[in-house]
Amino acid sequence: MKGKKQKAKSKGEQLKSATVFFFFACVCLCGGLSSGVLAQQDSSQRGPAFLSGTPGTFVIRNARIVTVSGVDIENGSVVIKDGRIEQVGARVKTPSGAREINARGLSVYPGMIDLSTAMGLVEIPQGANATVDTSEVGEMNPNARAFYGINPHSAHIAVTRVNGVTNVLSLPQGGLISGQAAFINLLGATPAEMAVTPAAALVVNFPRVVAAGGGGGFLAFLLQQQAPNITEAITQRDRQVEGLRKMLRDAEAYGRSIDAAARDTSVPRPDQDIVLAALVPYVRGEQPVVFRADREADIRAAVRFAEEMKLRAIILGGTDAWKAAQLLKEKNVPVVLNNTLDLPPNEDAPYDVLYENAAKLSQAGIRFAIATNDDPAHVRDLPYHAGMSAAFGLPRAEALKAVTLYPAQIMNAADKLGSIEVGKLANLVVTDGDLLDARTNIRHLFINGRQVPLVSRHTELYEQFKSRK
Amino acid sequence: MMRKLIAIMLVALVPMWSAVGGTALAQPQPQKRGASGETLIRNATILTVTRGTLQNADLLIRDGKIAAVGSNLKANDANARVIDAAGKFVMPGIVDAHSHSMSDAVNEGTLSVTSMVRIHDILNPAAVNLYRALAGGTTTLNILHGSANTIGGQNAVVKIKYGRPLEEFIFPGALPGIKFALGENVKRATQFNIPGLQQPRRYPATRMGQEEVLRDSFTRARDYKRSWDEHRAGTARGERNRIPPKRDLQLEPLVEILEGRRLVHAHCYRADEIVMLLNLADEFGFKIKTLQHVLEGYKVAPEIARHGAGASLFADNWAYKIEAYDAIPHAAAILVRAGVVVSINSDSDERARRLNIDAAKMMKYGGLTEEEAMRLITINPAIQLGVQDRVGSLEVGKDADLAIWTGHPFSTYSRVETTFIDGDIFFDRQQDLARREELRREREELEKAEANRPPGEGGQPPGAPRGRRPAHTHDDINFDEEGDNR
Repeated sequence: MKGKKQKAKSKGEQLKSATVFFFFACVCLCGGLSSGVLAQQDSSQRGPAFLSGTPGTFVIRNARIVTVSGVDIENGSVVIKDGRIEQVGARVKTPSGAREINARGLSVYPGMIDLSTAMGLVEIPQGANATVDTSEVGEMNPNARAFYGINPHSAHIAVTRVNGVTNVLSLPQGGLISGQAAFINLLGATPAEMAVTPAAALVVNFPRVVAAGGGGGFLAFLLQQQAPNITEAITQRDRQVEGLRKMLRDAEAYGRSIDAAARDTSVPRPDQDIVLAALVPYVRGEQPVVFRADREADIRAAVRFAEEMKLRAIILGGTDAWKAAQLLKEKNVPVVLNNTLDLPPNEDAPYDVLYENAAKLSQAGIRFAIATNDDPAHVRDLPYHAGMSAAFGLPRAEALKAVTLYPAQIMNAADKLGSIEVGKLANLVVTDGDLLDARTNIRHLFINGRQVPLVSRHTELYEQFKSRK
Repeated sequence: MMRKLIAIMLVALVPMWSAVGGTALAQPQPQKRGASGETLIRNATILTVTRGTLQNADLLIRDGKIAAVGSNLKANDANARVIDAAGKFVMPGIVDAHSHSMSDAVNEGTLSVTSMVRIHDILNPAAVNLYRALAGGTTTLNILHGSANTIGGQNAVVKIKYGRPLEEFIFPGALPGIKFALGENVKRATQFNIPGLQQPRRYPATRMGQEEVLRDSFTRARDYKRSWDEHRAGTARGERNRIPPKRDLQLEPLVEILEGRRLVHAHCYRADEIVMLLNLADEFGFKIKTLQHVLEGYKVAPEIARHGAGASLFADNWAYKIEAYDAIPHAAAILVRAGVVVSINSDSDERARRLNIDAAKMMKYGGLTEEEAMRLITINPAIQLGVQDRVGSLEVGKDADLAIWTGHPFSTYSRVETTFIDGDIFFDRQQDLARREELRREREELEKAEANRPPGEGGQPPGAPRGRRPAHTHDDINFDEEGDNR
């Protein structure tokens, strides 16, 4: 054990210093370190492929190819070259030097995409605060970027990708304006290697009428004991919306004055404001703004606010989205459902109200995606959220799109991700069954055109202990 | 009348029910079986769990029991309820060996040894999440105390007879049990800090103290047992005027453990504390019936098998706290192969609705067979609760606790159509759908009531929207936002 600890420390440069400190603290507090905790640092089983995949030219043969964007190809091939999908079809030309994968009896799917995670921002949420980087201090943090908080060596990343989820949006959580989310591949030794879009969306907790404190759980319950009456609560909400509006208007003005100064040297250039500067692409509608909103009134208010401010809104949450279907359709606002498997929001709500939320949105012609919700440990369960929606009225093909093509479209990344088409990033999953079925095994995995070993903290601990007598 | 009252869920929220007549039911009442007491389910794929899978088969229910399983069955009574289940699957009702559903409280957190308190005393049969669990095919729950205490309190095994009085929930003949807990929660390592609500440190604050608390408790229990044994022996010898020992309600359940009459369900995480508990139990001569959660149990599978403890696990929860960082979803497979009786539990009102999918995952993580995976949520937890002769498989003579699914229960695309307990229907999707319009109208009526009008329309300004007191849906002393499990 002792030698192992030394070795682990020597590899400390791979870890964020906070993580190292946490493990050190663990040694002191617990008086012993279980060998499994070491496994994260012990990379002896992990070659460079674990870190960045194996690049190369690959051809996957004899597979059923579920393109998602088009028809399935019952017996076809996919050629991967230079990180991209180079050819797809019943017949392909094999490039010289391509490594062949015989996938007879297997299926190829695009990797799944989860738009509601805190991947890399939190390792252990309870009792290990040093591993939590989800929420900044204060209400307005447009310049807090998930990109700078993501730990590429979080154990959650490999655990998630070997279940077929290749991309996530990692979102900050706190305050009113939480910060900017990063859209990443689940592969890479640095955040830069992982990033598809480093600053992909602004994240806003849309103000809602709540009792003092807000939030959920037992703490909120305690604080709610001194709940204000509804008139006060509405005033409070309106004040917050006004604060949001003012900040976004300031950013618009800032953007205009920067542009004016650039056009005309006689116009004085305003002092740089990195906070307002961060907001400019969002107030100009160039980049999407994610509004966390669940209740009908909050969804409607967020949609109207986005329209007023000319923002490209995405609703994240969407518990009551089906109640606001007409408005969402009319304003063409997409919804990322992240609570399919939550308990119904009211005691008298039908037991399946959230199971069938996706089906209702689909029927209403609303753009939507299905996601998990924040906790990195459960992102690998994404396919089962979609599967449950399919059990409750969503056509199976739509359920698959809801975790592949639709989230790519919502992130404006459908030119890169979400389906098996020539030119897209080769983020591919080869399975022995239906991608959304809990019994299905992943057999091969490609991210960014690189072959990724099916190894994670969990497979390593399994190998370590499975034969102990 | 009582039955009707508890079925009206809105009553719990709004005191206006009498104004709308009190006839509309928020949730369907259980259907009584036909007068004959017979139900015939025909043409189904029947997953018996213990006797293989029968294609295109029938199952006959009579007087709440499974009367026959096979081909071309006939009911005795021409008026029997007949369900054509062609293309559908029948499986035993799911048994959840770790639940906090319907509990009004979960931790008596003042002392660390609270063996005298009983879950039975605080059960709420009208908790709506029970109905939602039925809609996921779950029929039996092991309701446990939380994990704040080394010895938490006495459990209750229930059948989810939603809509019936509490007395009908209690599983007849289930062996009594008790909750133990080890590790972070007992240490109160993750206690939440609210200004003005600081909790004082409490003994034990370390895993050392936890071992000592158990040793002290069982030492006292052994002495207490000896004093009663001596008293009874003396009385049996005809000694008159003996003064009986003073009764001790804290030690009585521990004596029952020593005598093998009460099952220990022990919350534990780390491999070292698991081994500590097993050794301590061996030393005092009692058995741990189940290790609950037992996240690192896979590291000491041979030790668990040697003691003969069962293991009741999450399917794939991990990393929510430090002692959960080494959890792996392959744990169930490792323990099954070591010969341990393993179950998958929910510890959550949410997950209790989809234990079928949690079990299905175990075919992928570690490669259990379909039958091995199915056992994890049926006969194995039944064995762990001592009710394996009544539920957990579809065999003649067992209770008719079962669910009809639209497809294989391990497919994410399947859902439950009908759930039976003791031959009565407690969930039926078609019936549920048919009542929704009625429910919607009832809600509309209630919203018109004066007390619910917004300010300016005649009513007093109501309080801001707030949740009810959160149900104790998880056993952690740390109330996190997720509100489930751990």
